[in-house]
Amino acid sequence: MELLVLLGIPLLGGLLLGLVGSRPYAAELNVAVSLCTFAAGIALTLRVIAQGPMLVWDELFFIDPFNVFLVALTSLVGFTTSVFSRPYMRIEQHHGRLTAGRLRLYHAMFQLFMFTMLLALLTNNMGILWVAMEAATLTTVLLVSLYRTPASLEAAWKYFILCGVGIAQALFGTILLYFAAEKILGAGGNALLWTHLYEVKGQLEPTVLTLAFIFLLVGYGTKVGLAPLHNWLPDAHAEGPTPVSAVLSGLLLNVALYAVVRCKVLVEGSVKSDLAGHLLMGFGLLSVVLAAFFLWRQKDIKRLFAYSSIEHMGIMTFAFGMGGPVANFAALLHMTVHSLTKSAIFFAVGHATQKAGTQVMDDIRGLLALSPTVGWGLMLGSLAILGMPPFGVFASEFLVLTTAMKQQPWATPILLLALGVAFAAIFTRVQQMVFGEATLKRLPESPALLPVFTHLAIVLALGLYIPPYLAEWFRLAARLIG
Amino acid sequence: MQILPLSSQLIYLCAAVMLLLSFAMIAQRRVLTLVNLLAMQGATLCVSTVLVAWSTGQHHLYYSAALTLALKVVGLPWILYRLIRRLDVRWETETLINIPTTMLIGIVLVIFCFGSAQPISELASTINRNTLGIALAVVMLAFMMMITRRKALTQVVGFLAMENGLFFAATSATYGMPMVVELGVALDVLVAMLILGIFFFQIREQFDSLDLHHLESLKEE
Repeated sequence: MELLVLLGIPLLGGLLLGLVGSRPYAAELNVAVSLCTFAAGIALTLRVIAQGPMLVWDELFFIDPFNVFLVALTSLVGFTTSVFSRPYMRIEQHHGRLTAGRLRLYHAMFQLFMFTMLLALLTNNMGILWVAMEAATLTTVLLVSLYRTPASLEAAWKYFILCGVGIAQALFGTILLYFAAEKILGAGGNALLWTHLYEVKGQLEPTVLTLAFIFLLVGYGTKVGLAPLHNWLPDAHAEGPTPVSAVLSGLLLNVALYAVVRCKVLVEGSVKSDLAGHLLMGFGLLSVVLAAFFLWRQKDIKRLFAYSSIEHMGIMTFAFGMGGPVANFAALLHMTVHSLTKSAIFFAVGHATQKAGTQVMDDIRGLLALSPTVGWGLMLGSLAILGMPPFGVFASEFLVLTTAMKQQPWATPILLLALGVAFAAIFTRVQQMVFGEATLKRLPESPALLPVFTHLAIVLALGLYIPPYLAEWFRLAARLIG
Repeated sequence: MQILPLSSQLIYLCAAVMLLLSFAMIAQRRVLTLVNLLAMQGATLCVSTVLVAWSTGQHHLYYSAALTLALKVVGLPWILYRLIRRLDVRWETETLINIPTTMLIGIVLVIFCFGSAQPISELASTINRNTLGIALAVVMLAFMMMITRRKALTQVVGFLAMENGLFFAATSATYGMPMVVELGVALDVLVAMLILGIFFFQIREQFDSLDLHHLESLKEE
């Protein structure tokens, strides 16, 4: 029941917002729809906590601790982003960068995007997972090109083609997976259901699954933004509107990584070697290192944080690759705190760039003098994402590093070096932007900074104290992933 | 040597035609002809799906064939023709690598695909299992076409040809995916085309052309 409501609200909300169009209350309606989705997400989560994993509707949907925590996270960040986007988009409209028609497109597509992500998380069918991932790309293509500037069109085109081609590889991987499963489970719908696949994973043909995993990893990995398939990510983040950057970074990348991990569980059960884990570790480490060094060359503030997202997705991929309960726990925690912190940073960055009228970092100075909340939001957010204690990112990165020392000692110095480089790159830039003499102007509407500080407060709280039910939840999920 | 039943021979014929059409697309410079070739490839896919359905008694494949007919032979080419007429793109498409070289690379790709699909085909129990290599080759050739062409519309034709190859792979390895998945995939492809249609107009409005060299300014310096 909660499930139906959870999936129905954003779908109907998207259609409704398309109909409501550019009436003045559209933004408030968007917030209300997101709030309802969030409430439904919480209700579903509470039910899963109380009753354990459940399978619904002819086993079409499957909810376990692993995906339900992502559902709660997705609906929370979706809600705060809609709160943030209300004043943000009004200011953009005031600046003449958006027309009423495009705002309507934005609201409708935002809700449909939430729907596709929730569908991808909740479905039990690996084929539907693919369909939902592709649909998530499609709903965001027009959002990336919302400003219709040459650069945004280029970014959207790159995003569409790269992710489209990538995801076509994932479809081939899914076909191979079905091919292997069909021999054991028989033809028909059941052979792609994850729960059924999970039960027979030991009997699946290893050669086919290895090939399938490579295609699936390349396909979904493109969407995770793993190097060297990350090219679309900085462009799409920098040229799209900021709320879209926040949900892309905070949510879409997580959902794509979720798909990779679901596939990895099956492959590891079938292939009796660490191949899948090693592939993930390799891709993850490459992404961390590449992104850390690219951070130095950025001039655009949103590109800077887009590269930081690649770095953090790399850390998570690496941790999932190592496997084992502790590394998986760390990766899940990192997923949570990264998506909260990164979306908070994008909210602060959004208002900072609106004040400065530019995304070029050299032209943004003295945020603190002009607006202490934006300045502190950006500063604290950056410190959090850089892994400073006592924020939650510190806890998860520390866990990843200590596990790496135990399981893969060779990787630890590389990780530490990359983290150090990233720290220096981001900290110097942010410090210059936050302090220094103010050159910026006032905004016509007061910015929404409540979401920024809410997110940062949660991240801080998670760094200091992980509530026992949440820890238990992560532990259960980590054990499921194996 | 044992003589194959007629239906298998016909399916292999269809597979060969699909591969030939892929090469024809690589060699083709005119946008309009490319769309014709794409529609023909869709029709071949449809015929081969019907043949497999008829010879194996897999009834759900008839639906899949009907879906292919509606979407890939009628729907998408129609959208593309309309786009071509509205956007007035009849020009010759220039390629990044000249065509004879592309054909040679294509031949190497086909051999590579056959090699890598061999172990999997042997595991398959379908009557048309040897076509899996061809399906993979169609996917890879379409991929290469996307890499070597510069016009936005040609890249989209490549994207759709890749989708054809994937459907062909699904029928040859497993007699098609579950119906709900096939419907979802078809819906995605249709929505993708509609969004691209809107997108082309945006690109044209901004640059007065659909040439992708305008879209090369975002780079790491």
